[in-house]
Amino acid sequence: MHPVTTYHYLVLSAALLVIGTIGVLTRRNIVVILMSIELILNAVNVNLIAFSNQLQSLNGQVFAIFVITDAAAEAAVGLGILIALFRNKETVNADEVDILKW
Amino acid sequence: MVSGDLGFFLRHIWLIPLFPLFGAVLMLLFGRRLDPQHAHGHAHGRGAGHGLISLLCPGMVGAAFVFSLGAVVQLAALAPADRSVEVVVFQWLTGSGKFHADWGFLLDPLSSVMILVVTGVGFLIHVYSVGYMGHQGGYYRFFGYLNLFVFFMLMLVLANNYVLLFVGWEGVGLCSYLLIGFYFHRKSASDAGNKAFLVNRIGDAAFLLGILLLFAALGTAQFTEITRILRIGDYSADTQQYFNLTALCLFIGACGKSAQLPLYVWLPDAMEGPTPVSALIHAATMVTAGVYMVARSNALFVLAPETMGLVAVIGAATAIFAASIGLVQNDIKRVLAYSTVSQLGYMFLACGVGAFWVGIFHLYTHAFFKALLFLGSGSVIHALSGEQDMRKMGALKDKIPWTFRTMFVGALAIAGIPGLAGFFSKDEILWQTWSSQDGAHRFLYDVGLVTAAFTAFYMWRLMNLTFYGRSRVAPDVAHRIHESPPVMTLPLGLLAAGSVVAGWIGIPKVFHFPESWPSLEHWLSPVFANPVAETAATEHSSAAAEWGLMALSVAIALGGIWLARRLYHHKPEAADALERRFRPVHTLLYNKYYVDELYNALFVNGLAKGGGTALGRFDAVIIDGGVDGAGWMTRFTSTVSIWWDTWIIDGAVRLGSFLVKFSSYPVRILQTGLVQGSALFIVLGVILIFGYYLWG
Repeated sequence: MHPVTTYHYLVLSAALLVIGTIGVLTRRNIVVILMSIELILNAVNVNLIAFSNQLQSLNGQVFAIFVITDAAAEAAVGLGILIALFRNKETVNADEVDILKW
Repeated sequence: MVSGDLGFFLRHIWLIPLFPLFGAVLMLLFGRRLDPQHAHGHAHGRGAGHGLISLLCPGMVGAAFVFSLGAVVQLAALAPADRSVEVVVFQWLTGSGKFHADWGFLLDPLSSVMILVVTGVGFLIHVYSVGYMGHQGGYYRFFGYLNLFVFFMLMLVLANNYVLLFVGWEGVGLCSYLLIGFYFHRKSASDAGNKAFLVNRIGDAAFLLGILLLFAALGTAQFTEITRILRIGDYSADTQQYFNLTALCLFIGACGKSAQLPLYVWLPDAMEGPTPVSALIHAATMVTAGVYMVARSNALFVLAPETMGLVAVIGAATAIFAASIGLVQNDIKRVLAYSTVSQLGYMFLACGVGAFWVGIFHLYTHAFFKALLFLGSGSVIHALSGEQDMRKMGALKDKIPWTFRTMFVGALAIAGIPGLAGFFSKDEILWQTWSSQDGAHRFLYDVGLVTAAFTAFYMWRLMNLTFYGRSRVAPDVAHRIHESPPVMTLPLGLLAAGSVVAGWIGIPKVFHFPESWPSLEHWLSPVFANPVAETAATEHSSAAAEWGLMALSVAIALGGIWLARRLYHHKPEAADALERRFRPVHTLLYNKYYVDELYNALFVNGLAKGGGTALGRFDAVIIDGGVDGAGWMTRFTSTVSIWWDTWIIDGAVRLGSFLVKFSSYPVRILQTGLVQGSALFIVLGVILIFGYYLWG
């Protein structure tokens, strides 16, 4: 049994980032997109914690808590916008909302 | 030459004009408040202000007279060669080069005669006006203008240079205009004022030219300087050619102001003014300004023989021309107006033959008897409630006795009855005309003699129609006939006395009066020192000829009087018969030779209206054409400008915007509006940047 090293954490973090990015770019449902963003943020958190552990410094953990707080706020605002969008357009699909163009 | 040893009055001659100026300013600024009820023509109730005006305005002229008298007495105390006092109050105009004109005054024998006439006769006429104008509206205005006139007239005669003289000259013209049009609500009066003003402009323009020419030729406008330069011949030969032209310009100016042919037409119309104005301005003083100016310029005129000849001819022609019109006029003031024109002609005749002092002598005696006759006629008009037509007078001899007696003296004086003023001055003119230049002016003498006969005739026609015969007064006027108050008859009496004695200072030498007897010729000789002409006149004259001519002119005068008395008193029907017999001549004279009509046709309708039409045509075709052309040009260029704007400027702008739009097509297809598209670009960008750092 191999011990879990910083390297493993970093692989997990990269995997989470790639999954989250692909989710953001490919999924149509905005709810899922928001969830994918959460994945990206958590990839960052894992990264921060891993280095905090590696360097035996609490700074990374403080940053991770800030990111969680930020993610909560972002989710609240994002869902609020989503509800407002649904009330107006009756859709939650990102590809049906394309008025922000020339 | 202002020095301390001159008397008080001589040092302060500049004060003389200020007295009447003070009165005028006071009247014109505050007169309306002093005499309010008279501003609107209501005659009842004369306040204290009215009394103040009656005292102040004549008083100011009286003060000027006393002051003038003092100055003249002190002038007479000086040696004859020193009798020329100049007082410069301040430098008035200074120009480039030598030009300067001072506010300077000159008292010499010539101006002393003038100021005494202006203030003396002016004072009597002011006193008379208190009675004559007392019950009329605008009392303060009348006296304000009258005082202003006296001020300007004194400036005119006391000025020591032509420029200041011109100030007075224009000033009296202005006052004349204002007073002719005094009854401005009457159209004929305001028309007459305009006519006087416009006709005088012609003369004044020439006068101004003359002054400028004189300055250009001699470099000064000061009388004493000019006289000195001309007397000693201190001028270059090429300026000499200008003397005739300059003198001619000055004479044309004098023609306008002194009503000579052909500019006399304004004076008869000037009778629209109140009668005291006719007496003061249009008989005694202002109209003689031209004679004064010519006499003042005597040094120039003797050097301009051709112009002198013209002066004499114009004078004689005016004398007989105006006298012949006066023969048949029916308006009492008009007869006197033409008589004035005629007498002014005499004065110019005297100046023209070189006897300047005689011209001034006649000016001075004429001031007395013509002022008297005008004021007398005013008294007659006053008595008849404004009637001026002699055909509606007659038999007034006993009803207005004082007016009759004084006018009788005046008529004798002007007719040339020996012993009275007019005899001496008129006879001296005739004698000088006859004897000057070895009889070169004999024809003019004949003209003058005929004029003397005319004068006697029309004056006695006037006297007979007015005072003798059967009364033709309108019945409603007849019972209101009254003699004028003493304030009017007293000046008449004083002027009548003057008309008798005024001529006694010019008694001809053939009478052999003692050397100590005052002689105007001697008094004026420093001003008119002109040895050439004078010796010619005196040396060649034989006493017998002079006596003979004198007897002839007296006979002529008596003949005129006798004829007038016969025709208009004893046999009125003979006059009518004569009138019918010479109908065309009578019509011609009665209509004043149709000169007014001629001038109307030539200048008013011809030049003014015809010129107006031509100018209107010019305006319509040339000016309007220019404006229209400019408008068309503007429209044309604006059309071009619109085209340019639309196609070139706008085209360039549109091309620019089109290019921007066209070049934007490839870029805008990237702008899908899809959030995930943008996110993809971000990711690609991040990958690119990281790729660059990791592998680049």
